[in-house]
Amino acid sequence: MRKRIYTPYLFLAPALGTLLIFFFLPVAAAFLMSFTDFDIYSLGNLQRARVILFGNYSQLLSDPLFWKALANTFYFVIVGGPLTIIVALLAAIGLNSRLFYFRNWFRLAFFMPVVTTLVAVAVVWRYLYHPRFGIINYLLSQIGIQGVDWLGDPHWAMPALILLAIWKNFGYQMMIFLAGLQAIPDYLYEAARIDGAGWWRQFFHVTIPQLAPTTFFVTIMTIIGYFQFFAEPYVMTQGGPLNATLSIVLYLYQQGFRWWRMGYASAIAFILFIIVFFFAMIQLSLRKRGEA
Amino acid sequence: MKANRSFRKYLAVVGLHLTMVIVSVITLLPFLWMVGASFMKNGEASTFPPRFIPSQFTLDQYQFLFQRMHLGRFFLNSLILAVAVTLVSLFVNSLAGYAFAKFSFRAKRPLFVFLLSSMIIPGQVTMLPVFLLLNKLGLLNTYFGIIIPGMASIFGIFLIRQYLQSVPDSLIEAARIDGAKDFAIYWRIILPLAKPVLVTLALFTFMGTWNDFLWPLIVMTKEEMYTLPVALANLLGEHTPDPELMMAGSVITILPVLIVFMALQKYYIQGIMLGGVKE
Repeated sequence: MRKRIYTPYLFLAPALGTLLIFFFLPVAAAFLMSFTDFDIYSLGNLQRARVILFGNYSQLLSDPLFWKALANTFYFVIVGGPLTIIVALLAAIGLNSRLFYFRNWFRLAFFMPVVTTLVAVAVVWRYLYHPRFGIINYLLSQIGIQGVDWLGDPHWAMPALILLAIWKNFGYQMMIFLAGLQAIPDYLYEAARIDGAGWWRQFFHVTIPQLAPTTFFVTIMTIIGYFQFFAEPYVMTQGGPLNATLSIVLYLYQQGFRWWRMGYASAIAFILFIIVFFFAMIQLSLRKRGEA
Repeated sequence: MKANRSFRKYLAVVGLHLTMVIVSVITLLPFLWMVGASFMKNGEASTFPPRFIPSQFTLDQYQFLFQRMHLGRFFLNSLILAVAVTLVSLFVNSLAGYAFAKFSFRAKRPLFVFLLSSMIIPGQVTMLPVFLLLNKLGLLNTYFGIIIPGMASIFGIFLIRQYLQSVPDSLIEAARIDGAKDFAIYWRIILPLAKPVLVTLALFTFMGTWNDFLWPLIVMTKEEMYTLPVALANLLGEHTPDPELMMAGSVITILPVLIVFMALQKYYIQGIMLGGVKE
């Protein structure tokens, strides 16, 4: 049989070549750049960039805006992540219930925000949050709650972005939960029922433990995705008010592409990478333990 | 006792449906207001209490966007980019996915593991060097600045490889015995067989490129090269007090992806399962 050794490499070449030039080498280049003072003058003449070793990193440690961005991002992830997952899980359980009749229609409705353009829905929500004419304050006033200046108040701006993120994303996690729920074998519920377990006990002793691997996967994916949030603050608040919604990626964008401090921005990118890497490792190690 | 039980079940059914209706109304409300406000005259969306239905239906906002704000140009940019990235990356990724699924070669396993593990690197890390590279190549503010870096995706290679592994080797062997060349096997046998996963990946790529914001924001700095999301974010800066106009722009941006998704949702959901739950 005629089989040449290099044939598979010919098939791989376009993809691997692209990834090498536009992904792997840039990762290495960004790593090197994070140890230089690459700035707007270096753009024209590479010679002007000097190696400053950990200069960018030590400067970051004493940069109050960076700490603010880091704290905001953790706020978004730690509050927004679990809330999104809880809403997704409840929606999936509701849809999967035997008592529920219109599964396909509602599944589609819940999923719609996921596929729509983030920038466009952020624009829409910016107006929904309008303190005087926005629907959200109007609905709150209908049930007797005094509205707030969502995007103008440093205390409420981040909760407002989190609310938008939950609305935009829960449909995705819901789909994965739905698949997880449908994979739970019926006999587990039957056995629980024979033992006299009601709905709540079936939920806590069958559904929750059986869904644990799915929940774990969804949690890590959500956390990693949320660490990279950018368009919401860019469109709705520009990081304000008083930097209350400045995120890591928004700060990276401002430093790198507005002030052209590319060495500094590369250092921010690598800190983001380390954080994401840390969470991915948690998933990997726990999954290995689960298999063992 | 029995009556009590069926009454409780009845309550549960009603309660469940009521809750789900409320949640779906909350989910759809922003879209309904967006569509309603986009057909209003200037100022009508800034009233208290808020309105959902225009008192007088008008296409003024859309007309203004297309005639004065060149929205057609941005729409075209978005469309060209999304279609081009989809077609090119489908070809490149399926070639690689085929090699990983159906050839045996020495570097296969380490290469595949290496690619998969590098998926956790956030894309933002590569942005600055790729920007500098495109600048050197003179590809900023060109379609190629987005198409070329988007030609290959590890996720796409992975998705196609997963699918092709279930294709029996005997089909390929039979074709080879008949004298078919490797590329002919890929073109005539593998691609038609992979159609479902290709549709899924095409859908993901199209929608991902259409919805993308950060990368086009960086690469496309000249106004005539803006994509819809970039143009919309820019428009907001100038037209913050005009919700009706902004809503028309949002409708134009969202509508194409929504239509594509509605038409092919089966494939989209399959893709979530393939990429998500499997590994």
